[in-house]
Amino acid sequence: MFSYCADPDTLSGLTWLSCYLTTGKHMSFYLSFGVVLLLLAITAPAALMFGFGGAAAARSRVWPVNWLGRGYIAIVRGVPDIAFFLFFVIALDQGFEWMRHQVLCPDWDQPIRQGNDFIVCAQAKLPQGNAAQWLHEVYGFFLAVLTFAIVFGAFAANVLFGAMRAVPRAQLETAEAYGMSRRQTFWRILVPQMWVYALPGLSNLWMVLIKATPLLFLLGVEDIVYWARELGGTANPRFTQYPHGDWRMWYFLALLVFYLGFTKVSEVVLERLMQKLTHGQATTGGEAQRKAAA
Amino acid sequence: MKKLILSTAALAFSASFAMAQDVVRLGTEGAYPPWNFINDSGEVDGFERELGDELCTRAELTCEWVKNDWDSIIPNLVSGNYDVIIAGMSITDERDEVIDFTQNYTPPDPSAYLAMSDDVDLTGGVVAAQAGTLQAGYIAESGAALIEFATPEETIAAVRNGEADAVLADKSFLAPIAEDDAELSFVGPDVPLGDGVGMGLRESDADLRATFDAAIQSMKDDGSLNEMIIKWDVSSTF
Repeated sequence: MFSYCADPDTLSGLTWLSCYLTTGKHMSFYLSFGVVLLLLAITAPAALMFGFGGAAAARSRVWPVNWLGRGYIAIVRGVPDIAFFLFFVIALDQGFEWMRHQVLCPDWDQPIRQGNDFIVCAQAKLPQGNAAQWLHEVYGFFLAVLTFAIVFGAFAANVLFGAMRAVPRAQLETAEAYGMSRRQTFWRILVPQMWVYALPGLSNLWMVLIKATPLLFLLGVEDIVYWARELGGTANPRFTQYPHGDWRMWYFLALLVFYLGFTKVSEVVLERLMQKLTHGQATTGGEAQRKAAA
Repeated sequence: MKKLILSTAALAFSASFAMAQDVVRLGTEGAYPPWNFINDSGEVDGFERELGDELCTRAELTCEWVKNDWDSIIPNLVSGNYDVIIAGMSITDERDEVIDFTQNYTPPDPSAYLAMSDDVDLTGGVVAAQAGTLQAGYIAESGAALIEFATPEETIAAVRNGEADAVLADKSFLAPIAEDDAELSFVGPDVPLGDGVGMGLRESDADLRATFDAAIQSMKDDGSLNEMIIKWDVSSTF
């Protein structure tokens, strides 16, 4: 990166380090922090949406919808995460391609499953076989987000389902007494009040989600843990200009600081959110706030 | 007239089909020097990078490199996420049942044990290997206790920190490590395993396999493959 980096063998000390830390490989490492943050930023709301949908479905009086919601929560929560992450991405990918195949190539006469192979017509491939590599990576990232959202959505659904039941029955009865429909009661009374009950559970999930991001590499996305392992591993002088021993400990130490710092920031933000949600609620927290203000 | 339109459409269709097949995606692990590794600028490098690029030039294909975890490298191939595995994968009967191989581009080569001292018990001790490799299968049958790791790097680290008595891997992978570290040395006799290393393809991709087979043959015939093997020091030559 710097002009003096042309011949690293002659460098030492801080100059060497400044060159070492700005190699293309390290840039990929720094970039992967962005990938993880982006994943969290997209997955959290997506998982919350899945969760909300699941919880609303599990409360439904229409039995197929009810079964669907309850089934989703029970199955995804019951299956080990790692099995889901290993299996889901390939299954989702094949599912999308199969659907596109049915629509785009109705005349295709060969079987899709040939032994172990999964063959769809070229137009149905996702992304197209000759698409740029970045498109493949974006698609892989999208599959990762979707998988995370489905898995964490099921846990969020269970939390929200519980939170909805925790809203005092009297509130809902009052709404009915005012002549509100079921739908109005749900959106105007139940949903605004449930968040305060849901937040402790959801904040737990958020913390677990932060720590689950290393699973990204199973999904083919190169995350910070992959790069830390790759960069920290012994670098043999034959294959690099910057040989060094086993430095994985230092790289993982850096990750530790990152994760702890991120957790701390999350805690502060969640605490503020809790204060805000408690305001005016019929809970001990809300009561304490009212007394403090009075 | 109608027939003309139809045949034009058919032609356009087959043309676009050929276009879509033009890019061949090569999947590799990127963690097994000198075969394949990630260089300082973050790109795939090594013997197989150079070999793959040369084969694609000879076969007049446009190739693209993809990194994939070793554990899921075969499932992702058969599900069509890339078209070729070129990752130092030895040709074995078990793998051949699931995927197809080209002819080998390195001859069958010995694996070797690397350890901290000369008096380790190779058939009764603890031996490390990368999961899902030939060596792991061999250790399991040899009577030694096998511990598996996801990456080659970790198998070496296990020997250094005493978790394992020795590591079994391709000799070409271990040689630069043994050279670099005075504490580690080869022990016991070499172990011949596998039928050499080849490219892995889907069983339904017979055409692509024939193309690469021909390209490898042409490199064997003019001696350029041997030069490349010597340059990267990955194995014996043909």
